[in-house]
Amino acid sequence: MSSSSTSSAGLTGSDSESRSCHTTGLNVCLTAQRFIKLNAVAAVVFLLLGGVAAILLALTRWQAIHLLPVDWFYRILTFHGLNMLIFWILFFEVAILYFASTTPLNSKLFSRKVAWVSFGMMLVGAIMVNVVILQGKADVMLTSYLPLLAHPAFYLGIILVAVGTLVAVFNFFATLYIAKRDKTYEGSVPLVTFGATAAAIIAVVTLLHGAIVMIPTFTYSLGWTAEPDPMWYRMIWWGLGHQSQQVNVTAMVAVWYLIGHLATGARPVNETVCRGAFVLYILFINLASAHHLLVDPGVGSAWKIWNTSYAMYLAVLASMIHAFTVPASVEVAMREKGHNKGIFGWVTALPWRNPALSAVVLSLLIFGFVGGITGVTLGTQQINIIAHNTLRIPGHFHATVVGGTTLAFMGLAYYVIPLMFKRNFIGRKWAMIQPWLFGGGILLVSIGKSFAGSMGVARRTWDIEPAGIYGSAAHMFLGVMGIGAIIAVASLFIFVGLCVGTILFGKRIKEGEAMADWGTAQPVGDAKEGSLEHDHWSMKGTIVLTAVFLLCFAVYYFANWKALADVWPVR
Amino acid sequence: MDKDTKPPLLKRLMDNPWILLVLGVLIPMLSYTLWGWIELTMVPPAPLP
Repeated sequence: MSSSSTSSAGLTGSDSESRSCHTTGLNVCLTAQRFIKLNAVAAVVFLLLGGVAAILLALTRWQAIHLLPVDWFYRILTFHGLNMLIFWILFFEVAILYFASTTPLNSKLFSRKVAWVSFGMMLVGAIMVNVVILQGKADVMLTSYLPLLAHPAFYLGIILVAVGTLVAVFNFFATLYIAKRDKTYEGSVPLVTFGATAAAIIAVVTLLHGAIVMIPTFTYSLGWTAEPDPMWYRMIWWGLGHQSQQVNVTAMVAVWYLIGHLATGARPVNETVCRGAFVLYILFINLASAHHLLVDPGVGSAWKIWNTSYAMYLAVLASMIHAFTVPASVEVAMREKGHNKGIFGWVTALPWRNPALSAVVLSLLIFGFVGGITGVTLGTQQINIIAHNTLRIPGHFHATVVGGTTLAFMGLAYYVIPLMFKRNFIGRKWAMIQPWLFGGGILLVSIGKSFAGSMGVARRTWDIEPAGIYGSAAHMFLGVMGIGAIIAVASLFIFVGLCVGTILFGKRIKEGEAMADWGTAQPVGDAKEGSLEHDHWSMKGTIVLTAVFLLCFAVYYFANWKALADVWPVR
Repeated sequence: MDKDTKPPLLKRLMDNPWILLVLGVLIPMLSYTLWGWIELTMVPPAPLP
């Protein structure tokens, strides 16, 4: 990897120094690189903070240990939610946006100053929020539902983070504009950039809701205006809270395609279908926020059912398209390389020593089989009544946001850090097992929470003993959750240690060198790229996986209807 | 560009981030936010003591 300056068609102008990457062969805008580094490092720091909070919470909800006192439980719960769901994810997504709008398009970043403003606002906001929470002035949890009221600095901090992210999104769109104007690429933007565009559009809707709800709440906390209506607050807040997770989903899918390509040379089996699925996300995924209000009395059934069923299913369709096309494209690429043995011979031939690939495979499986199936089921209005506010809900979203998004982002970091910091990873054997530990741990967390929740254990509750209604099975599943959390957080610490250690002590990648290969699929026999382009049966392994997925979906969905029927039997 | 060689509508839509941005903001704002907001404004105030 060299760092020689270039002045290609796109990378021109006073602040447009670039270098040529000898791993990807692409030009990297040095301004974008600086902000990718800054945002990625900040993201990992917030991930670490959120991880420390996670283990404290899990060891408190594990009733046999019950670590934290009541006030610190809710304080750390607030801290965990903000750091994991907002700060870690948003900072990393800004890094992805800067990468996706520059390197694949051979473009420079629109503005260094705008990027500084964005980063400064986000960082100051995030620090303000964390300090206020740890001072005990904002024990309101992530949702901060009114009439719970935090210190004004809490709301101001969130506003700064939201507006700072919006500024970064503006920088992203402006970069797309100048790339098109300067003709730095031909035809359509690459799929990874298209996916990032979808994430950015969803982020705009998300951050608009954040501004609508947080500004009047901030002025109320200062005593300047009246209290916003709590029902209104809940509705608009979920336009921020849930939609921010849809940004994650979209960015995660873009990462799936990218890592699939880097590790196996996979190309989308059908670009139009993949892009169409992203368009479905853009148009419909945000409506799913309504499932948080399925037991709220203020909004009617028509609004609830339209937004969580008919319209949301179009976004679910998009997820199912991606969950098919990503493994299908990998399968076709592997078979074209000659790995044709049986239905799943291509799976065993995958370069499993590549931690980015194993992270993405686990991300896809956990997101689809656990997060996706539970999400659609719990988002059904009738079934929601037996699951609302139980541990089943965090059981679901730990599979999507942590097992899905966080794991995929970890996988991406195994490429981003060597490519951006020009240092090869230390502890490569640790890196190989890290995604498996994290995926396995978070799977236990999700299963433990889901089963305990099925037995009625409430979420966001410090102590379930006084209720006196939970048997040994519920306690056992809380223990499963606790053990899973220990494994997942240990793996998170390994990940952070590897990232920080690499940035500080990793072997420098010399001028003209490529990054050390994590492992890519190698051709065997008389392999020929593109030879199976029109052979649809070449993705038969993925078709079998899809059939298994649909079977699991049907069993879980109808089992929940049965559980609902058992609550109110009709005779 | 000649009419015959014009890309299909879907491709033109996908290649235009600005239209996608407008649609992506408009649809949830109408379906989720505005509709929900209207429903909430129609809830009569509770007769508190």
